[in-house]
Amino acid sequence: MSRTLLQKVWDAHGVRTLSTGQTQLFIGLHLVHEVTSPQAFAMLRDRGWQVQFPERTFATVDHIIPTLDQARPFADTLAEEMMSALERNAKEFGVPLWDLSSPRQGIVHVIGPELGLTQPGLTIACGDSHTSTHGAFGAVAFGIGTSQVRDVLASQCLAIDRLKVRRIDVSGSLTRGVYAKDVILEIIRRLGVKGGVGFAYEYGGAVLDGMTMDERMTVCNMSIEGGARVGYVNPDQTTFDYLEGRPFAPAGETFGRAKTWWASMASDADAEYDDRVEIDGAALAPVVTWGTNPGQSVQVDERIPAPGDVETNDRPAVTEALEFMGFEGGAPIAGTKIDVAFIGSCTNSRLTDLREAAQVVAAQRISPHVTGLVVPGSKAVAAAAEQEGLDEVFRSAGFEWRGAGCSMCLAMNPDKLEGRQVCASSSNRNFKGRQGSPTGRTLLMSPAMVAAAALAGEVADVRELAPAGSVGVG
Amino acid sequence: MATGGQRISRVAGAPLPMRGNDIDTDRIIPARFLRSIRFEGLEAHVFEDDRKALAEAGTPHPFDQPQYQGAAILLANANFGCGSSREHAPQALQRWGIQACVAESFSEIFLGNSTALGLPCATATPEAIAQLLHAAETEPATAMTLDLEALTVRAGDCVVEVATAPAVREALLSGTWDATGLLLDEFDDVRAVAARLPYVTGF
Ligand code: SF4
Repeated sequence: MSRTLLQKVWDAHGVRTLSTGQTQLFIGLHLVHEVTSPQAFAMLRDRGWQVQFPERTFATVDHIIPTLDQARPFADTLAEEMMSALERNAKEFGVPLWDLSSPRQGIVHVIGPELGLTQPGLTIACGDSHTSTHGAFGAVAFGIGTSQVRDVLASQCLAIDRLKVRRIDVSGSLTRGVYAKDVILEIIRRLGVKGGVGFAYEYGGAVLDGMTMDERMTVCNMSIEGGARVGYVNPDQTTFDYLEGRPFAPAGETFGRAKTWWASMASDADAEYDDRVEIDGAALAPVVTWGTNPGQSVQVDERIPAPGDVETNDRPAVTEALEFMGFEGGAPIAGTKIDVAFIGSCTNSRLTDLREAAQVVAAQRISPHVTGLVVPGSKAVAAAAEQEGLDEVFRSAGFEWRGAGCSMCLAMNPDKLEGRQVCASSSNRNFKGRQGSPTGRTLLMSPAMVAAAALAGEVADVRELAPAGSVGVG
Repeated sequence: MATGGQRISRVAGAPLPMRGNDIDTDRIIPARFLRSIRFEGLEAHVFEDDRKALAEAGTPHPFDQPQYQGAAILLANANFGCGSSREHAPQALQRWGIQACVAESFSEIFLGNSTALGLPCATATPEAIAQLLHAAETEPATAMTLDLEALTVRAGDCVVEVATAPAVREALLSGTWDATGLLLDEFDDVRAVAARLPYVTGF
C-alpha cells in the first residue's frame, strides 16, 4: 500500500489508540524555550513526574532576550525571571540548555535544523506554532500549548488526531526577485488563513525541488498562517547534503544507513492525497500584505482591495483591516511609506535570507526616515554572516546589526514598534499589536523586499530596484 | 495512574458575544503578558489592547459591557483563536470566567489547548451562531446551556445543534482531558515504540 510521508511517520510513531479515539504519538525531538515551558515544568514538579527522555529534549532562549544589551541580569525583571526559571528547570530535569553564553543559542526553529537535530522521518514538538518549520526536512512537526509541553516532557508523547494531507505542487521556476516567502504568502492568499485547518500541507513540485533547505524552511514555517498545523517537504539529496557533518546528525557509516531510512520515509510516488492544489511558479510575483492577517495580501504591482472587490462575507474583515491600517481601498501598495524595516524571525533570518537582502542593499543607504534592524536567527548565522562581511554591508547602509533572537517579530523583548509606525517585516504575522504597539502596522514581505523598502523609504518592487542578475531566484 | 480531571457534560451560564472572524491569540492575550512564569493574573489582561482601543472610541468591548460580566459561554464566528500556540489565550479566558466556547470554527491549536484545560469548544453552523449571537445581544440575561451529550446549545426556547471532534467530546465526557495520565498509562508500549525507531537505536 502506498503511503504519504505523514502516514509513514504516523505508523512508525503511533503507540496506541487512546480511549478518546486520538493517537498516542511518540515524539522524537522536543524543543523547549523560555515562554511556554515554565508552567509545564512547574506542573511536572507538582505531580512528581520526571522528564522521561531528557536526551530527546533540548532548550534554548529566544523570545524574551534583548538583542542589544544582553548582560545579566536583564534590565526587564520579568524577562530575567523567565530566563532564570528556564536555567533552573533545565538543570533540575537534566535538559541541555543553550543560553546566551553558548555559541549554539538562537531562535528555536533556526537552531534545531542548524545543529542537525531536525531530521527526516521524526516527530517533533515545540511549544510554538512555527514548529511547522522543521517539516522542511520531511519531519512531522507540531506546535503545541503548555499543557502539551507538559505531556511531552512527562511521557514523550502527544495525544493527537490524525491529519489529512493536501499536496501543493508549485510547478515551473520562479522569476527574478521572487522568493520562497512569496510562494508561501501566495499559497495563504489563495487558500486562506483557515484553508489548512485539519490538513498537513505537503509541498512539492519543481520549485520546491529546486529550493535550498533555508528556502524550504521559509515555506514550511508559515504553514500555520494558512491554518495547517503541519507542513512538510519530502526529504531528498538537498536534505541529506544539508545534514551531513552537522553536530547532531549521524556520522560516518551511520550516515549512509540513516540516509536509506530517511529516503524510505518520503511519500510514495502513487500516494493518495485528500486534496491537491497546483500553482504555477513562473506566474508568481513579490507579495506584500496590506491587512491584519497573513492572507490579506496583494502582489507588489497590484492595488489594495476595496470592500466592494471581495465577497460579501469578507467585507467586514476588509473594512476593519483597512480602517486599522489607515489604507485606502483601491490604492496601489507600492509607494506605501514605511518607518521601520525588520529583517529577522524564524521565517527569514537564516544566512541565505541575509545574503539576499544584502545583495539588494549593496553599497547603498537606507532612507533617512527609516529605522532598519537586521537580527540573525542564531549565533551561528551571525558568525557566518560576519565572516562574509554581511554585517558591514548592513551597517554601512544604515541598518543596526543585532544579537540573535526573535526581536521585533513579537512584543516580548525591548524591540517594538512605536505608535502608528509602519514596518516592512520579513516575519510571519501582521496581527494587530503583534510587533509591540497596539496601533503599529506590519507589512509582511520577503527579506529582499524589506531591503528594497528600506532603501526607497516606501514599499518598492525589488525587481525594479536591483540590477538584473544581482537578485537571486527563489 | 489517575487521569485527573472532572467529567464535563454540560456548561450553563450567561453568553458573551465576540463577533468577527479570525480573532487571533495576540488579540486575546497580547504577548507582553506572556512575560511571566505563571498563568495566574492573565484574566486581567484578556483582550486588553482591543478593549482599550474600543473604550477610547466610545464603544465598549463585550468584555467591558456590564451585561456580559459574569458570562460563561463565549460565542464567536470563524477561526477563533488562530495564530500562536500560546495556551495563555484559553487560560486567560477561563480564568476570566469563560467555561465554554461556541463558534463557527476554531484554530486547531487553540482547540487542543482549550480541551487540555477542560474548556469545551463546540462548533455550529454560521446560521446557528448568528441566532445565538442575536439572542446574546438582545437577551443577555438569558442563560445558555451547552449540552455535550445531546450536542446542543439551548438559549431560552431556541435549541441549536453543535458539533465537537469525537475525541474532544469523549475526553470531556470521560474526564480524561488532562492527557498526561492517559499517556503514562502503558509506558512499556512507549518504550517499545522508541526501541523500534532507527534514529533512537542509532540506525
Ligand atoms: S521569530 Fe517570531 S514566530 Fe519565530 S519563534 Fe520567535 S516569536 Fe515565534
